[in-house]
Amino acid sequence: MRQRFQDLDWIGLVLWIIRAVIIILVIYGTIATLIDNPYTRDQWLDFIIFGIAQGSMYALIAIGYTLVYGVLFMINFAHGEFFMSGIMTATVFIATPMAASGFLSRQPVLALIIIGIVAMIVSMGISVLTERVAYRPLRKAPRLVPLITAIGASFFWQYYYRGLFGSQVVPFPVPDILKGSVYIFGIDILRTHMLVIIVTIIMLIGLNTFIMRTKTGKSIRAVAEDKDSAALMGIDVDRTITITFATGAAMAGVAGLLYALVFTQTHFFMGFFPGLKAFTAAVLGGIGSIPGAALGGLLLGIIESVGPNLFLEGMGIPAPHQLKDVIAFTMLILVLIFRPQGILGERLAEKKA
Amino acid sequence: MSESKNFDIRIPIQYGLIAGVVALSVSVIGMVDLFAQRYLIAGYLTLGQVILFLAPAALSYTAAGKAPQGRKGISLLYGFLAGFISSLPLAGLVYLSGVVDLRQFLPNVSPALIEILTFGRGQGEGSLVLMIVSSTIGLVSAAMHLIPGRVRKPILYGLLWTFLIGMFSEILSERIRNFFGLDSVKAIFEARALHPGAAIIIFLLTAGLTYLWSERGEDIKYRYASMQPKRKTQFRSGGIIAAILILLIMPLLIGTYLSEVVNNVLIFALMGFGLNIVVGFAGLLDLGYVAFFAIGAYMMGLLTSTGDLGVAGMSFWLAIPICVAAAVGAGLLLGIPVLRMRGDYLAIVTLGFGEIIRILALSDLLKPYIGGAQGLLKINKPIIVGNALVKPDHFYYVVLAGVIIVAFISYRLSQARLGRQWMAMREDEDVAEAMGIRLVNTKLLAFAIGAAFAGLSGAIFASKLTSIFPHSFNILISINVLCMIIVGGMGSLPGVVVGALLLVGLPELLREFAEFRYLMYGVILIVMMLAKPEGFWPSAVRKRELHKYDDMDYGEYPETIAPRAETRDPGLGSTPHL
Repeated sequence: MRQRFQDLDWIGLVLWIIRAVIIILVIYGTIATLIDNPYTRDQWLDFIIFGIAQGSMYALIAIGYTLVYGVLFMINFAHGEFFMSGIMTATVFIATPMAASGFLSRQPVLALIIIGIVAMIVSMGISVLTERVAYRPLRKAPRLVPLITAIGASFFWQYYYRGLFGSQVVPFPVPDILKGSVYIFGIDILRTHMLVIIVTIIMLIGLNTFIMRTKTGKSIRAVAEDKDSAALMGIDVDRTITITFATGAAMAGVAGLLYALVFTQTHFFMGFFPGLKAFTAAVLGGIGSIPGAALGGLLLGIIESVGPNLFLEGMGIPAPHQLKDVIAFTMLILVLIFRPQGILGERLAEKKA
Repeated sequence: MSESKNFDIRIPIQYGLIAGVVALSVSVIGMVDLFAQRYLIAGYLTLGQVILFLAPAALSYTAAGKAPQGRKGISLLYGFLAGFISSLPLAGLVYLSGVVDLRQFLPNVSPALIEILTFGRGQGEGSLVLMIVSSTIGLVSAAMHLIPGRVRKPILYGLLWTFLIGMFSEILSERIRNFFGLDSVKAIFEARALHPGAAIIIFLLTAGLTYLWSERGEDIKYRYASMQPKRKTQFRSGGIIAAILILLIMPLLIGTYLSEVVNNVLIFALMGFGLNIVVGFAGLLDLGYVAFFAIGAYMMGLLTSTGDLGVAGMSFWLAIPICVAAAVGAGLLLGIPVLRMRGDYLAIVTLGFGEIIRILALSDLLKPYIGGAQGLLKINKPIIVGNALVKPDHFYYVVLAGVIIVAFISYRLSQARLGRQWMAMREDEDVAEAMGIRLVNTKLLAFAIGAAFAGLSGAIFASKLTSIFPHSFNILISINVLCMIIVGGMGSLPGVVVGALLLVGLPELLREFAEFRYLMYGVILIVMMLAKPEGFWPSAVRKRELHKYDDMDYGEYPETIAPRAETRDPGLGSTPHL
């Protein structure tokens, strides 16, 4: 303890003060809200369930960040656009015509599966293309160079899609069986939220099997561990990296479908903020770790959903839900400052990162 | 593949398909249609057509270069085939649009677009014409590859100049009318585009000049290089004086509208100088740079507004230092927590910071103070001896003064100890620290000075618009400025101005461009990083470095933003335990 105090310089001090102030603010806000108690139990539960649903989507997107970071140590800034591109394409070309022809209400399950598969395939295609053009030639470049091309790719796809489908919101037709809510364990849950949670669990289990049990998954892990040795062992590193991108993008494609079901619309800009949030989630959980991404996503979703009402309302801030993004970004900043390795990440030797 | 001695069908197919997909893309996202309204050469050529056929031309040219050495026939064939294949996706689009109504999916596939693609000749005949035109373009590009460089260069430059003059005919004709009267306009321009005859003359003229310069240019450069140092200084100071004179009388030459454009360019250049210090000199990638711009703007608004929300009713000049100070404060506030952060994390955190500022400005929380979405209104214009500088021609001088001051400070800093400390830090933090550089102070100073410039820029911006809204301060501004300094060349001061002219000035002049501005920025960021990471006007140091390493295996990446993975990470990343 004494040693710790001796090592403290003035920056460390400032950081400690920031930490203390934020903890105090959060505790104060929470207590004030709880004393005031403006919401009923059911309302709180609604917030939490919405948070879980939202967090599930973050988790699915975050996996893409984590996988790519695991193998390339780069932040794939354009990942949010992979998420957007799949579902937007599927909405315009598949979902809307299906709804118009009545197929969506006749065969909702089949229709949703088709939409999901198309979204996944488009997302994967876009990600592979982006990787090939914007990232692969820069494999040996300094670390920030691919980050800049990633930012470029992100804006390129956003505005490409804006050009393709226009700047207006494209409504997503939700089949009738997903409207309304179900009553489980004494809680009312919206059917879409239920679906989101179930699909996320399935996808996560599937991903885990893919990474842990299959040969390709093994090669992804090997490349993440050490590219050169993996190459020596006869693994095609470039191909594995492409597969990694595609896997992440497939998850993002599914997340896109879930997002469209919950918010009933798609838009060319819809990927940007979920992308940033999912990155936050990935960092929160420990970037590079898949369980971390899942946990971080869930946590971020819940905090974002409950946080404004729990922390801010008590402080007497008007319309606190406007500030939910502020909570998410503040969390990102705090995590990066105070625990950059995240919740499940582990501190590692310098040569690794 | 290019090693083989014989004809290889895969090459033209590959390049042709890429070109075709690009041409198809620019068509379906609406660029061709939108730019078709802008004629370059009256009655003959529109900007849309140039954009449509740019990719086929460029890629046929590349394909022609892949032919085995000395086999001219194969070169031409490659070009021809690539051109032909590139027209196939477009022909497919034309065919499809006749079968199904594509507009319900792709709003930009309009009848007007199809008419452009088919040259107004109906589906069947039009597709044929399209293929012929495309193949011819491929063939011509391939031929361009075969002619010797000293002929090719003048032709390309001639085309480029004709293109540029044609593109800006509207502005140019308006200016020429102001100075030389309507008759001279009519001689060159016709219906806001170049007269065909004038186009040919311009092409010949510029091509000839380029030819002369490439023959004689070396000579002149050599004569300048071998001049006495004293004469050289005279020449240089003469140049600087001329430049200053031109800058001073600029509004008289260019008129009100262009002054407004120049003001925008300069405001962005101001910001660019600031970001250039943070990113270019110190190597700290800041994506939330707009936050400081916003803080400067809001401070100016609060201090000088005569509306309900104004608190002080100060004059512009009095408010400026306070705005800058506020931005510096914010810069330090952001700087301290992120001091120990690694490069790519820093980028994301600053991005988050920028968004937080924007969301706060929009929120109800601060609405009673800064107006929320309704913004701050009635901000004062600067007043000089009793005259408010309302017209852009006059306001220009305020912005210009700001830019000159900031450019001067930047220049001096780049030569000073602090500037060299920044650059040392950018190259390698650990080594810099070992050399006795205090990283904390150096980094904080970079953040603070960068923020100060952005604050100044924001303050001027607020005063120029007289009303500000949170929507003006979104992430796109940060990206815009980042693009600017990357295009100009990181760490290069003239590069900032070049970048601002290209990325802010051009889109302002080409109004239709606005819609595709950020699409182009995305492309520019990627292409610049892939092909020309040092920018269009690299700083001298950078140029030297790059040439030094040219033959090494480092790739051509400037070390500007090169936190080496092994050294920069103080154990922050985590192992992928999948």
